[in-house]
Amino acid sequence: MNDIDIRKIVKEELNNIAPEVDMDHIEPTADLREAMDIDSMDFLNFITAVTHRLSIDIPEVDYPKLVTLNGAVAYIGAKLRSSGR
Amino acid sequence: MAEFRMPSLGADMEAGTLVEWLVKPGDHVKRGDIVAVVETQKGAIEIETFETGRIEKFLVDLNSKVPVGTPLAEIWAEGEAEPVVAAAAPPVTPAARPLAAPAPLITPSPPVVPSAVGMRASPAARRLAKERHIDLSTVTGSGPAGAIIYADVERLGAAGAAPERKRAPGLDLNAMRVAIAAAMARSKREIPHYYLEHQVDVTACEQWLTAHNTTLPPDNRLLFGALTIKAVALATRRFPAFNGFYRDNKFEPAQAVHIGVAISIRGGGLAAPALHDADRISLDELMASMRDLVQRTRAGRIRGSEMSDPTITVSSLGERGVEALYGVIYPPQVAIVGFGKVVERPWVIDGAIGPRSVVTMTLAADHRVSDGHAGALFLAEIGKLLQEPDKL
Repeated sequence: MNDIDIRKIVKEELNNIAPEVDMDHIEPTADLREAMDIDSMDFLNFITAVTHRLSIDIPEVDYPKLVTLNGAVAYIGAKLRSSGR
Repeated sequence: MAEFRMPSLGADMEAGTLVEWLVKPGDHVKRGDIVAVVETQKGAIEIETFETGRIEKFLVDLNSKVPVGTPLAEIWAEGEAEPVVAAAAPPVTPAARPLAAPAPLITPSPPVVPSAVGMRASPAARRLAKERHIDLSTVTGSGPAGAIIYADVERLGAAGAAPERKRAPGLDLNAMRVAIAAAMARSKREIPHYYLEHQVDVTACEQWLTAHNTTLPPDNRLLFGALTIKAVALATRRFPAFNGFYRDNKFEPAQAVHIGVAISIRGGGLAAPALHDADRISLDELMASMRDLVQRTRAGRIRGSEMSDPTITVSSLGERGVEALYGVIYPPQVAIVGFGKVVERPWVIDGAIGPRSVVTMTLAADHRVSDGHAGALFLAEIGKLLQEPDKL
């Protein structure tokens, strides 16, 4: 799975939480919690959805690495590569 | 025989519109089952039955607006009578037709929008459609499960207008704002609020949560909000004057603790449905209930009991808000506890200054029922409970 696929999945899952947000207008380096008005429950639901969809583990301590689009894509990409995917 | 009636979903509700049956005559229901959807000013609300038995027949047509207390269906206890449908003879009433009969089960008496019977649409969408004489069956819904929302009808009215950006909830935020306005105006008009504020070191909670969550998958992780709800619920046991309703010029303490959880809705809405028995369930159960409640509320699927049951409200700003919020009591409740965002602050512990995680708690309470002295003890009790998260 390449970064384009991962970015698409991340955007889809974020859109499930905030359907009215046009993901193409979200700055890749913006804090998603601010840019999309996501609270801690939304963020937990996002993490839960991604871990289920991609079968990866995202410990709570790593949350800060996933608060931007670029950060989330990079983190998930590294996780998938480390498991040989 | 028991009757399933139009419930009261709040002190201000006088009537409701039956918009959907989720059961059909002959179905067996038990206490707590969701049997119908009723449209109120607060949106479409799922209604549970308090009876166990068999749905015998429907007593009102879909889309009928009826006063609170109107019987909507007959429910017969098991063994109370042989089902009418068992006979080979033609059914006596259309509503009691055999189970095999396909939907729709509703008699074609003239509802407001005849072709839209059984169709899911938000209250504002229905109202606008009625105003503009638009047949809802010609409208394509863009809400959850194809529900028709205000924007869908509006779009149809303004021909040639550019399609709106897709919207999240099938919730009717306009109607919700009207309901919030009515409740809050009544609160400020009738309830003599007093306010207290208390800062609490919640480092213990944060450390405990980090340790607790580290071994768990995201599905089972706890949020700080779950601890605050549990702490408030437990504190009401020692301070019952903050848990209950003020009605007919007197305070009625509640036996159970159902915390109204203030949930913000994308696009500018707010609801505070009940998290039932928050003092008795485990933190894991409480967290699961809270996730479910938030999800359903944001999707516009609140249940009737959740609207009318809260005995005290908790409102939290979460991690991105400001440090304190001063709540407005939701009548007929008598108290609301607010939590600001958790911030790191210099704090004195054992004579030394160190960085600690601190939250500002507030209490708005009804002076007809309690005084600042009791309120202070109540708020302090919540703070004490948060010092020992493992005991929550």
